[in-house]
Formats: sequence, C-alpha cells, structure tokens
Amino acid sequence: MKIDSYLKAESIEEAYKVLKENNDAAIIAGGAWLKLMPKTIGIAVDLKDLGLNEITETDNEIILGCMATLRQVEKYKPLQEQYDGIVSKSASSIMGVTVRNIATIGGTISGKYGFSDMIPVLMAVDAELNFYKRGRVKLSEFMEEKGFAEDILTHVYIKKAKSRGWFETMKNTAIDFPILNSAITKSPEGYRIVIGSRPYKAVNAIKSMEFINDCKAPGADEIAQAADIAIDEIKFGKNQRGSEEYRKELCRTFVKRGLTAVIS
Amino acid sequence: MKTKINVNGTMKIFEVKPDDYLLDTLKNSGYVSVRRGCDTTSCGVCTVLLDGDPIASCSYLSCRADGHNVTTVEGIPEEAALIADFFGYEGADQCGYCNPSMALTLYAMKRELKNPSDDEIRTYLVGNLCRCSGYVAQHRAIRAYLEVE
Repeated sequence: MKIDSYLKAESIEEAYKVLKENNDAAIIAGGAWLKLMPKTIGIAVDLKDLGLNEITETDNEIILGCMATLRQVEKYKPLQEQYDGIVSKSASSIMGVTVRNIATIGGTISGKYGFSDMIPVLMAVDAELNFYKRGRVKLSEFMEEKGFAEDILTHVYIKKAKSRGWFETMKNTAIDFPILNSAITKSPEGYRIVIGSRPYKAVNAIKSMEFINDCKAPGADEIAQAADIAIDEIKFGKNQRGSEEYRKELCRTFVKRGLTAVIS
Repeated sequence: MKTKINVNGTMKIFEVKPDDYLLDTLKNSGYVSVRRGCDTTSCGVCTVLLDGDPIASCSYLSCRADGHNVTTVEGIPEEAALIADFFGYEGADQCGYCNPSMALTLYAMKRELKNPSDDEIRTYLVGNLCRCSGYVAQHRAIRAYLEVE
C-alpha cells in the first residue's frame, strides 16, 4: 500500500470536499488494516483531531464517535450494561489491545469487512449510523447496499434498551480472523439473528427471525427449526479458515445457543 | 513531511513520508528495542506506547503521531529492569526478542487494570506473542511484577 500525501483535516467539511474532489482520496480511520490494502491512496485524510473519538450518551442512546477506538468501545461502562454487554464483548474479542488501541469503530463499519466481529453485534442491537451529508441510516440497511459510502460516517447510535444479547465468534486462534460469528438479541421489538464472517459480510437471518418472532413461546424444537431455516436462507462460502459445510454446522450451533441464551 | 514526536520525554523532529510507519521511523532513528515481527499487527513485538496506550507501531502511520508522546522500552529503564528480573527469576526468558514489547504492555497494563484476574492478564496480553518460552513462567513473573507497589 502506498500513500502519496497526508491531510489532517481541520473540519469534516474539508475532509468531505477533498473526498469529493479527488477520486484517489480516502479516509484512513485508525489505519490498522491499511497495510493489507493493495491500492494506492492519493490523499490519506485523517479525522483524528475533530473530536470524533468521543463516546457520549443521552437518556435514550449511546453515541460512538467514528474515531473512537475499539478499546474505548470495549471499556465504556454504559455499553457493558446494554444487551448483556455484547458490544463490549465483541470489541474485546478482536486481536490484542495493541490493535484495539488503533482500530476505530468508524473504520470497521465503513470497510464492511466480512471478518468484522463488531458489525454483526451492531446489527443485532439495531445500531444506526450518521453520515455527514446523508444523515441517519440503519446499519442493516447500509450493509445491504452495494459498494461503500461516498460520505463520511461520523457517529454510531445504539439505543438503550432492557434487552438480552448473545455473541459468539469462532477463531482458530485469538488473534486470527473469525471462521464464523453470530449475534442474537431479544428486545421489545423481537428477536434479531445476525450471522457474520460467512466469510462474506454480515447478514440478518430474516426468515429465521420471522419464524422465531411468530412463535408464542419458543422451545427447543422451534429453536432447532429456526437454526435450520437460517442455514437454508444464508449463503456460506469457503476460505483458508473453514469450509462452507463447517460454517453451516457452526451456524446451526450458534443460532441454537444464541436463541436459548436470550430466551432463558 | 516534518513530524514532531515526543519520544521518551524528548521532543524529536522526524522527516517522514506519508506511508512511513512508526516502527520504521523509530528503528531508523536508533530506537533499536522496537522490533519487527509479523508486520501485520498480529505478533505485538513492535509495541510502543502512544500517550501511554500500547499500540502496534508496525501499523501506525508516523505522521499520525505528530504532537503525541511515544514511549519505547528505553523510556522506562527502571520498570524494564524490574520486569526483566522477574522474568529471569521465573525462567520466562529465552531469545528475548519479545521482551521490550512485553515490558511495555505490562507497564501499561499495570497502570490500566487494578488487581487484574488471571483471565484479565491473559486477555490483555493476547496480542503479545512469545514463540519460545511458553506462557506459564511468564504468567508467574507477571503476577509477581503486578504485586510490586
């Protein structure tokens, strides 16, 4: 990866203007994965001094600035009290602190990385994103869109709710990318089931969610059926970490475990 | 481009390219304790402290450190010697290649976590690999180090 020039933006407007006027400009976020990118960046735009690294809260929401590091997210106490702490748990599962002190929540989301442990959890808690020009959009909607945002992600919003949450990630080693991960929540709006690292980007298991949400008092049989539906509706693939078949079986186990945990 | 970084308490001006990483900038300037391992954020031997927090210098652009404090193991000589003593006593040392990064991460951990459990210690050190000693003796040494006021 090569960078021709570096710009520490003095405002979001300046950063946005540079992005719009230069096809080879890119926001570098934390830069943790820059090295793995094959392309040349003409202008690397850095948002580090714009106050976007703060995590704040209102009565109803927790608001993550796009430049908040994964370590900040992991340690932020109010997040640990939401959805059984799965947002913090997923952040803490990502490599070591030396990486989590660099990688940012904005970079993780904007990249739509298939290997992300954060994205499935944020989808499961129905997080919303704020883009500089576009405004607010649900993360699940953003993930369904093709391509990447031509805008600047500024904040991530997590609704406060008395809800249950479950997250699991399967890795060959703690510092590897996941073979599969899953986040499952139960809130007043119903169940959410998200499967990530398929190895493609994370998706909602929509039919499985509809099925379990229609069950009045789901038991072991319904949970097993929901897992079967998830496997049928989701596309899995293979890579050096695992086969398609292995991922399917992991998914079955994850959905069963996750639903059992949030129902209990 | 000129980049001002306070390294171990001394303000330094480095001439860096936009895609230079902190690991290379420091190594090329004589901070030989900062080591190259995987070069892709996995092994942790390139660890330095940025404003007190451990980071993988192999994946942190030098220009982003402008105006910040960087600490290498040369910047914590007494603490590093103490950690080395505990590692030596427990037989946790072999090649020593990971020792500077281990010392910096432990130094940061001691300041960040109060009375960490064994699991918390292991979790904190997940990103600092040692390829020769195993981790049991290291864990004993770390426990002893954490008990020093």
